[in-house]
Amino acid sequence: MSGNDIIPFEEALAIYRPVLGLETHVELGTNSKMFCSCATAFGGEANTQVCPVCLGLPGSMPVVNEMAVESAIRMGLALNCSIAEWCRFARKNYFYPDMPKDYQVSQYDEPLCSNGWLDVTVETDDGPQVFRVEIERVHMEEDTGKLTHAGGDTGRIHGADYSLVDYNRAGIPLIEIVTKPIVGTGALAPLVAKAYVAELRDLMRALGVSDVRMEEGSLRCDVNCSLHKPGEPWGTRSETKNVNSLRSVERSVRSEIERQAAVLESGGRVVQETRHFHEDTGRTTSGRSKEQAEDYRYFPEPDLVPVAPSREWVEELRGTLPEAPAAKRARLQSEWGISAVELQTVVNAGALELVVETVADGVDPAAARKWWTGELLRTANDRGLELESLGVTPAHIAAVERLIAAGTINDKLARQVFEGIVNGEGEPEAIIAARGLAVVSDDSALLSAIDEALAAQPDVAEKIRAGKVQAAGAIVGAVMKATRGQADAAKVRALLLEHLGVSE
Amino acid sequence: MTTPATDLIRQSAGTLADAIAAGEVSSVEVTQAHLDRIDAVDGKVHAFLHIDTEGALAAARAVDAKRAAGEHLGPLAGVPLGLKDVLTQKGIPTTAGSRILEGWRPPYDSTVVERLRANDIVILGKTNMDEFAMGSSTEHSGYGPTHNPWDLDRIPGGSGGGSAAALAAFEAPLTIGSDTGGSIRQPASVTGTVGVKPTYGGVSRYGLIALASSLDQAGPCARNVMDTALLHAAIAGHDPRDSTSIAQPVPDVVAAAKRADVRGMRIGLVKELSGEGYQPGVSQRFTEAVQVLTDLGAEVVEVSCPSFEYALGAYYLILPSEASSNLARFDGMRYGLRVGDDGERSVEQVMSLTREAGFGAEVKRRIMLGTYALSSGYYDAYYGSAQKVRTLIMRDYARAFESVDVLVSPTCPTTAFKIGEMVDDPLAMYLNDIATIPINLAGICAMSLPVGLAPEDGLPVGFQIMAPAMADDRLYNVGGALESALVDRWGHLLIEEAPAL
Repeated sequence: MSGNDIIPFEEALAIYRPVLGLETHVELGTNSKMFCSCATAFGGEANTQVCPVCLGLPGSMPVVNEMAVESAIRMGLALNCSIAEWCRFARKNYFYPDMPKDYQVSQYDEPLCSNGWLDVTVETDDGPQVFRVEIERVHMEEDTGKLTHAGGDTGRIHGADYSLVDYNRAGIPLIEIVTKPIVGTGALAPLVAKAYVAELRDLMRALGVSDVRMEEGSLRCDVNCSLHKPGEPWGTRSETKNVNSLRSVERSVRSEIERQAAVLESGGRVVQETRHFHEDTGRTTSGRSKEQAEDYRYFPEPDLVPVAPSREWVEELRGTLPEAPAAKRARLQSEWGISAVELQTVVNAGALELVVETVADGVDPAAARKWWTGELLRTANDRGLELESLGVTPAHIAAVERLIAAGTINDKLARQVFEGIVNGEGEPEAIIAARGLAVVSDDSALLSAIDEALAAQPDVAEKIRAGKVQAAGAIVGAVMKATRGQADAAKVRALLLEHLGVSE
Repeated sequence: MTTPATDLIRQSAGTLADAIAAGEVSSVEVTQAHLDRIDAVDGKVHAFLHIDTEGALAAARAVDAKRAAGEHLGPLAGVPLGLKDVLTQKGIPTTAGSRILEGWRPPYDSTVVERLRANDIVILGKTNMDEFAMGSSTEHSGYGPTHNPWDLDRIPGGSGGGSAAALAAFEAPLTIGSDTGGSIRQPASVTGTVGVKPTYGGVSRYGLIALASSLDQAGPCARNVMDTALLHAAIAGHDPRDSTSIAQPVPDVVAAAKRADVRGMRIGLVKELSGEGYQPGVSQRFTEAVQVLTDLGAEVVEVSCPSFEYALGAYYLILPSEASSNLARFDGMRYGLRVGDDGERSVEQVMSLTREAGFGAEVKRRIMLGTYALSSGYYDAYYGSAQKVRTLIMRDYARAFESVDVLVSPTCPTTAFKIGEMVDDPLAMYLNDIATIPINLAGICAMSLPVGLAPEDGLPVGFQIMAPAMADDRLYNVGGALESALVDRWGHLLIEEAPAL
């Protein structure tokens, strides 16, 4: 069979049960690297944020970044893990040019945090369903440098004419979060995987341990997947490496289920290997075989002393944990008086924190949600931006809402104000002035517009006078058009009826 | 001091520093005298891999200027020193005795070098060593062997043979060594000089090219106990850049060397470090030295350290394991030698060719041993078991130090052997370090000092003093007392009997 055969997802799930395992690497948001004081800022000129330690020069020695340990412990606590009283770093030995020492300082059999869990919610046809994802461990390690392969058409080291190494990333603190096998998700497996990573992302942002810029590769996910028939032992797993968007997590699981099912159904066997996910095709391709288990010759890192967080410190850190995202969502749902689905819309839009801040600025929750998940989300999508990058702040929403309440502008004009903010035209008041957006509230101006509209549509005028109040809409519409939307429609209607001596 | 230059090189470091401070001689004169001596004799001895003439004279001039300006000078200011090539010195070729690092100039100073500079000590150059400090003879240097000034056909010990030979050849009054299993003490023993392996964590390892991180320790070498103490005090102390360095005050080793009084002290003879395998002349001089200590008022008792039997085996698992990882970075990608980069070969092939060409046989042997010992399925049997032995050895010492203040033994089973005699017999070579290795495994401190010449070959015999962690001062107290008594007997330091070159 060709390696590209698939069995459609629903058919595959009718025969097989998936087992998932996720290993997530996240760059911590510390200012300095894991074992030296070099800067961690993204995007610097290649090899400018380096020193003897992160270049692994002969004689150099690592010193643990206390902030990284603190971040890892807080993450472990938020994931309901036990925090080790004593643990060591270990060396993971293998040769690769992106690794300055040809070993990575990581943790092996003594992780800092272990045995936790994270509840994730996925939407199903029967409503929201909660899955408890069990966490095997959270440990600390250093990132490697970044290789760029030039020439050749593979984009990989094999076949490249030459390769460039940027060690700015080498030594950036990472935490790796490893789940226990995730079973019992059935057809929801792709959604559970995605929801888990999304939940992790939200948790880390809430903790402030990482800003999790997935597009910059600060969160990378290795997705393990295997299939087995009900009642049979688990199958051989594949490991799809470096999946780095939520959508790709979902798609890669789906794709692996379809591919593995085809392999198994054709009588083949799934090979234990790493695979690469391709955003364009939505498919994975074979990477390195792991049939011959790589021997990393782990041993305790003798250049570092053990990490032994005191119980007092751990408890102190526990006290700094923010509200868990799931609990926070439940609270907001109740405070805002909305359904789980409505809240999920806000979460899916990536607008939760923005709405929270906007409400904190005094805006009605419904209005805050309406702006962020409606007009502003549309604008962001049109422009290919994140909501946070639009330039619109919760304070802007509050200002616009105050202007609406004061009758200075209406909803329609507010949209133009936001467009002005996104275009960098300044603060709301300045945009209103510059664009001449203020609502026409001068009665005489409105009355003359009403007269013009009535004159243009005498038949409608007659109907209203005859008591058919519902016909007033046509005249109001004409007035709004004539004033280019800068009138308060309700006020126009009231004036019209009063003008004609008709009551509701 | 109106001393001719030929006498300047025979002075102790302390005497030279005092004379420089008093304005009797300039640091430039002292430094130049040693550079001249190196020029004259190093062709025979080959103690140095690199001589930094300009840097040394510039440093000397700076000291002289400081003195002229009336600035305070430290107790070793202006005194020249040889630096073992395993420590980085900014801009100065640093090879660790390996061809794989030929031409590498580190962009940074090791902490030891920083402290030497802070103490106004003048660094003459880099001394020869067994490649990556693997060896007991300096024959495994990638740049040719060093010769023992007592007999140029013999080895000066190793790995720090260059540092020891430089002292014995009067090329420098002070040198820095590093000791992973005896690399300071064994060379001191076979060259009639003094060397101390400080407590693990006592001297920063930052900038010390690692052989085995859990065993390595830089330390002071000199021709007498007081100079060694002065150098020890200059380089020791906590360093935040080395996580394994001890955040405690350095024991007052200089005061202890001055005190030099063993009255009422309890000294333990390690039963397992004597007898069979020890050269008769070594045993004889050792026994005589123990008698000297008894005569000085110490109480000598025999103690047993039964786990020492397993020390050599454990050491030759732990050391290669750590070394196999520490030496992985020498892959031709970033610095040093690169072989086979013809635009066609793969990264793996270039790494492999570079390591094949750049590493010597002993280094390859130990990398292979270590790689094997750490391999999945063998780890528990080898590395794991070795760590258990290490714990047992620590317990042996702890038990011994409950009843004695220091332990003593011969530093080495034999005097200096001939160059080439053991180079093809690694196991025999490894046995040289049988008495020094347990100290490194336990992370405690020890000194070797000369106690005479073996009657059968007229070569120096070393005496080892061992003390608990952070009790380095006891080494100097006992060593100072023993040295003083021997000088009284001989009328001079043993090194004065070294033949003219």
